[in-house]
Amino acid sequence: MVSFNRNLALEAPHIRLQGLGKTYAGGAGPVEALQDIDLSIRRGEIFGIIGRSGAGKSSLIRTLNRLESPSRGQVLIDGEDIAALDAAQLVRLRRRVGMIFQHFNLMSAKTVWQNVALPLKVAGVAPARVRERVDELLGLVGLQDKHDAYPAQLSGGQKQRVGIARALVHRPDVLLCDEATSALDPESTQSILALLRDINRRFGLTVVLITHEMAVIREVCDRVVVLDKGRIVEQGAVWEVFGDPAHPVTRTLLGERERGLPEDVQGRLQSRRPAEPGDLLLEVRFTGAGRREPDLLAITQALGAPVILLQGGVERIQGHAHGRLLLQVGDDGEDVPARLHGLADHVEVLGYVVPV
Amino acid sequence: MSSLSERLLHALLDTLLMIGASSLVVLAVGLPLALVLVTTGPGGIFQALPLNRVLGSVVNVLRSIPFLILMVALIPFTRLIVGTSYGVWAAVVPLTLAATPFFARIAEVSLREVDHGLVEAAQAMGCQRRHIVWNVLLPEARPGIVGGFTITLVTMINSSAMAGAIGAGGLGDLAYRYGYQRFDTQVMLTVIIVLVLLVTLIQFGGDRLARWLNKRG
Ligand SMILES: Nc1ncnc2c1ncn2[C@@H]1O[C@H](COP(=O)(O)OP(=O)(O)O)[C@@H](O)[C@H]1O
Ligand SMILES: [Mg+2]
Repeated sequence: MVSFNRNLALEAPHIRLQGLGKTYAGGAGPVEALQDIDLSIRRGEIFGIIGRSGAGKSSLIRTLNRLESPSRGQVLIDGEDIAALDAAQLVRLRRRVGMIFQHFNLMSAKTVWQNVALPLKVAGVAPARVRERVDELLGLVGLQDKHDAYPAQLSGGQKQRVGIARALVHRPDVLLCDEATSALDPESTQSILALLRDINRRFGLTVVLITHEMAVIREVCDRVVVLDKGRIVEQGAVWEVFGDPAHPVTRTLLGERERGLPEDVQGRLQSRRPAEPGDLLLEVRFTGAGRREPDLLAITQALGAPVILLQGGVERIQGHAHGRLLLQVGDDGEDVPARLHGLADHVEVLGYVVPV
Repeated sequence: MSSLSERLLHALLDTLLMIGASSLVVLAVGLPLALVLVTTGPGGIFQALPLNRVLGSVVNVLRSIPFLILMVALIPFTRLIVGTSYGVWAAVVPLTLAATPFFARIAEVSLREVDHGLVEAAQAMGCQRRHIVWNVLLPEARPGIVGGFTITLVTMINSSAMAGAIGAGGLGDLAYRYGYQRFDTQVMLTVIIVLVLLVTLIQFGGDRLARWLNKRG
């Protein structure tokens, strides 16, 4: 995903967390939900937070609008420590930071229109202005024909659209999304993600997005941080983290699918080079790091016959090719991987194919 | 001596007056009390645990006294307030005192059942605490509160009949004097039918209103 405004990357971070920690006084002793969190979120980017259940994702995002106050460290938004805000300033901050939720959290007793109007109403905005703004927002999220419906009459995707309209009604410059698509079917997930991306581009909104679904991050995020047991274990541009995951947790989240071998191939493999050279199994990986494109002709020519593609796939993340090819190639007793130097990011001999 | 139907009408009006006046006070005091009980409790938006405990205890004590005993025990207090311990207005005092904590507890349950996620969403959108009370807690709990108030009304009709037996007037008084003291079965039956109709009507109306208010689908 190409960011809304990459050129602003050098600007001061929009949101900055310094030494952030959160300890809950749980029933069975204190729970360390977050420890030593340092990170910067740029203005206008879509920033993903991923991790297993209980990793501390919600705790982290909830410190950004002080639904949860940090036990240690600081949250700086536009350079301002939000712990220092008094009640009135906190209300003002929360109008600059919208939030949407996994279970939508819409008022069941209010219509769609009233739900979206609520933040304006409590802010004392004049009724005429409220009407104009709510109509505008419901148009933006595509619910202009649902003004008088109650949330119970809407689908999940429509409810989340109401949630988004409600969160944007004060023209915030940050949008927090806590598992905003986790309760949705794949189709609604796609349409909500498209809406978020659209909003991010149109308004230059900084979006902080929590999910446990890798696909969501891949789809919309610019950068991602991986949380585990309350700590950051990995962070970077999505193509970097996904192309070459450094931490076991990241790999688990990505799914071992990308690492494992097909069963039949596994069955024909031995780890020692046979006395009489046959074929070997080569893993050729593209991490996106060198902005390399898989050049099949060059690879085949470098390897020499036979080159059999057993399995493989390449995806594109943020304009970087990323994936792996499993090749069965002839073994001439020399250093086969070295031949692919400059053509792929990682090349590894996984084993030797037992002749049938 | 007036006819039976006249007496019946008079008794019915007395009962309605008793219930009407008491229920207004019950609503006006019980609902705020329920709000205070919920919002000052652990994790509440106005958390104040000592106050919460004191109020909770008062409510529990009042709830545990049987109505008949409460009524008798309150006679001096009633006399102080109303000037007499006899008649419709005197019955309003014990009726109110018994029903308020009862209703407050029921309303408290409905308010407590409001999804905490809604309160958080309200906070996240910049609602202050009073906004949360008016725009989240009360509207979301409204169907449950209406249902609870219906139950309270029916309970109060029960109690008012009991109050009637010791001189408060109303349907209970009529049934007691004619049905019990004079063995007039016809009056007794008529009073029972009127009471059943009254309770059915209230229950039906309350249920309809609660269902209409409930938009949760
Ligand atoms: N209010 C709370 N009180 C006590 N423990 C909590 C509370 N909220 C979260 N936790 C604990 O903190 C840890 C992180 O929770 P959370 O931030 O919700 O994780 P995630 O959103 O990644 O699933 C978990 O172990 C959870 O049980
Ligand atoms: Mg969570």
